Amino acid sequence: MKAAVIVFPGSNCDRDVAVSLNAVMGSSPEMVWHGNAEVPKSDLIVLPGGFSYGDYLRSGAMAAHSPIMKDVIKKANSGVPVLGICNGFQMLTETGLLPGVMLRNANLKFICKDVQLRVERNDTVFTRRYKKDQVITIPVANHDGNYFADENTLARLEDNNLIAFRYCDADGHPTGEANPNGSARNIAGLYNENCTILGLMPHPERLADKQLGGIDGLALFESLVETLH
Amino acid sequence: MDKNMKAHVKITLKKGVLDPQGKAIHQALGSLGFDGIDQVRQGKYIEIDLAETDESKARAAIEKMCEKLLANMVIENYAIELEQT
Repeated sequence: MKAAVIVFPGSNCDRDVAVSLNAVMGSSPEMVWHGNAEVPKSDLIVLPGGFSYGDYLRSGAMAAHSPIMKDVIKKANSGVPVLGICNGFQMLTETGLLPGVMLRNANLKFICKDVQLRVERNDTVFTRRYKKDQVITIPVANHDGNYFADENTLARLEDNNLIAFRYCDADGHPTGEANPNGSARNIAGLYNENCTILGLMPHPERLADKQLGGIDGLALFESLVETLH
Repeated sequence: MDKNMKAHVKITLKKGVLDPQGKAIHQALGSLGFDGIDQVRQGKYIEIDLAETDESKARAAIEKMCEKLLANMVIENYAIELEQT
C-alpha cells in the first residue's frame, strides 16, 4: 500500500499520522507539500490535523484552495480513498467533498481530551477491523468541532448510513452529555456516498501505539492496510 | 485619472445557525449592565480595494470571491457595499 500525507503550512499531525501509517504499512508514506500540483500515485490520501493557515477566515477554508487540492479533489472523485482528520475533516467540508461545516465548539473552549465514539458501521475500508457499534476511545483536540448541517442533509446522512462515528457514553448511547462540542446528531465522523472518503474530528493517530496509552485508533490504519495493500 | 473602488463585505450567520460566540457576547454585555438586548450575532467584516471602476463588474467579482472563499454558503450570508475611492 502506498499512502500520501499532504503537508500544509500549519499542519502539526502530519508526522504523527505518518508514524501510525508506517507502523502498519512497514514503509513511510510520501509527505507531499501543499504547493505541489499533483499527488503521487497513492492508494490513500491523508489530510492531517493541525491549524493550516492559522485557521484564518474559517478552519480549513484556505487549505481547501491550496494548489494540491485540485488534484486531491480529482483523485477523491475518481475513488481514491481520502482520510481527513480534524483540520483535514474541516478541509473536506470546505471543499464540499463532505457536506456540512464545523462551527465553534458550543462551550467556546478548545477541547483536548479522550472521548468515546461508537463505530456506526464496519463495512468500509476504514473500519473493517472494528466491530459494528463498538465503543472506542480516541482523543479530540479542536476549537471548531461542532458539526452543523441543515435538517435535510442530516436526514440524508442518516438515511444513507453515512455517519461513521458518533460521540457516545460508555454503553454506546449518543447522549447529550457524551457530546463534547454540540455536534448535530453527535456526529464525530462522516463518509461520502461511496464510503471512500472519511472525515473525523477525533485523532486516531494519537491512540495507535501502546506507548501512547491506548491502541483504539490503530484498527483504523490496519483496516486501510488490509483493504488497500 | 484612474478611479478605484473599495468593497465593504459583511458576512453574517444565516438564521437558525447557532452562534455560541454571539451568545457569550450577549451574556458579557448583560453582566456589564447593558439590559434590553434580545440577541447578539457575530459576523465578519472584510474590506477589499479593487482596481476596477465599473460598479457591476466589481460587484460580480466580489460576489464570486464571497461564494468561493470569503463566506461558507452552508452557514453564512454576505452583503456587499461598493464605494468609489
